[in-house]
Amino acid sequence: MLIRTSPRWALPESEATPESLYLDRRALLAGMGVAGAALAAPAMASTDVKQLAALKSRRTHSAGEDPTPLLAVASYNNFYEFGLGKDDPAANAHTLKPSPWGVRIGGLVKKPFVLDVDRYISQAALEERVYRMRCVEGWSMVIPWLGVPLSTLVAFVEPLSSAKYVRFTTLADRKQMPKIGFPTLDWPYREGLRMDEAMHPLTLLTVGLYGRRLPNQNGAPIRLVVPWKYGFKSIKSLVAIDFVEQQPLTSWNQSAPREYGFYSNVNPAVDHPRWSQATERRIGEFGKRDTLPFNGYAAEVAGLYRGMDLKRNF
Amino acid sequence: MNRPPLWLKPLLHALIAMPLLWLAWGWAELLWLNPASQALSAEPVTYTHNGLGLLALRALILALAVTPVFKLSGWTPVMSLRRMIGLWAFAYAAIHLIFYLALELDFSLAALWREAMKRNFILFGLAGFLCLLPLALTSTRSAIKRLGGRRWQRLHRLAYVAGIAGCVHFILRVKGFQIEPYLYLAILLLLFAIRFMPNRRRASRARGLPA
Repeated sequence: MLIRTSPRWALPESEATPESLYLDRRALLAGMGVAGAALAAPAMASTDVKQLAALKSRRTHSAGEDPTPLLAVASYNNFYEFGLGKDDPAANAHTLKPSPWGVRIGGLVKKPFVLDVDRYISQAALEERVYRMRCVEGWSMVIPWLGVPLSTLVAFVEPLSSAKYVRFTTLADRKQMPKIGFPTLDWPYREGLRMDEAMHPLTLLTVGLYGRRLPNQNGAPIRLVVPWKYGFKSIKSLVAIDFVEQQPLTSWNQSAPREYGFYSNVNPAVDHPRWSQATERRIGEFGKRDTLPFNGYAAEVAGLYRGMDLKRNF
Repeated sequence: MNRPPLWLKPLLHALIAMPLLWLAWGWAELLWLNPASQALSAEPVTYTHNGLGLLALRALILALAVTPVFKLSGWTPVMSLRRMIGLWAFAYAAIHLIFYLALELDFSLAALWREAMKRNFILFGLAGFLCLLPLALTSTRSAIKRLGGRRWQRLHRLAYVAGIAGCVHFILRVKGFQIEPYLYLAILLLLFAIRFMPNRRRASRARGLPA
């Protein structure tokens, strides 16, 4: 007999978001939220970190470096759906409604479901991990994230053996994202990982930072953090996670394939065509420091790429 | 030539200098008063560098707008502002370049050359600056006399080349598809087009002539 155990943060399959509804999920969420909201921790839609709900966690990983001040983490962001300037997301992202929120998890899996993020946050065993974050533009931060290894979720949905990659999709809603009418990139923003990268224990499905829920400008309510890759791989405000057979198309790679590879591992030896990646400026410092291979996580992740030409597979 | 009102030049100097003073104040605050200040964003180096470049381009476009404005309005005094605005554009471009040399390249001209050869957007930026340099050096009355009006004028058409180079520098620099640098290019081309319009006064005089 097949016994299906569903954790309580899984919504019934009947409420799964059809792919065609990615672009306008509001009506659906309004119905879905009725069930979720009662159980959920109160989640405020906010760009002001002090107003966000505090979360319990235990620290399991530290970069051994001083975290970048919260003010900088929450005010210096790339989130083009809310504007191109670094201070635009903090100024504009108040229109994002991070609760209620569902993430449709499906594709080549045995157990597709819709993740109710509020319930998930209230019930998951959150870990605090202090990771370095290296932006492809040449700056970096150290951020205490709160989340759960993505691998637990992957294990739960039981991917089929044909699933080789994972595709991640950000919300693309004109009503909530004022700058999405402009084709800076091909929306919705999409990213991807190879299955073994998605399963790696460092890959964090992230719901908070600095002990609180994610501010909107940092990708509320749920995002990915892949610390050994350039920051744009750590996709924000997820609405879908799909397991697929072929390497998925990703937004930056489509926009400029010579500049942003699928892997985009932090690599000081491979320059961006327009600037050097050998050094970086840590936010809060004036001088530059050397960029480390795999952003300093080589011991943990270099094995994933053994035998690969990292200059070609940049 | 009509003289501009006495207050016009000082006012314009003050307006154009204001962003520079704001940046200087931001750095003074950051270095001596409050190291946690976010007045220049969380990354003051990039903020300052990008800001200076944008101000250089804006000042240059403003300088190039002087002749078209004169042409459209017929207000002669505006012409006396062209040199000062142009020199401000050069000043912002020079500080932009020096700031880049200081904070990214440790003042190494060899490194600057390597970067220019390797990266097109640096090459265009540098070319734009090198176009402005002789214009700043020949901006005095005596230089105009020495060169002769016609040759001086021909040389100073380089300002347009500098403007185009600045726009290309900007277009090549941004990530994704962004409209802003193209807007600057469009304004520049519009200003250039106005120069080829028939002269107002001459045209009206021509209309007044008996057939």
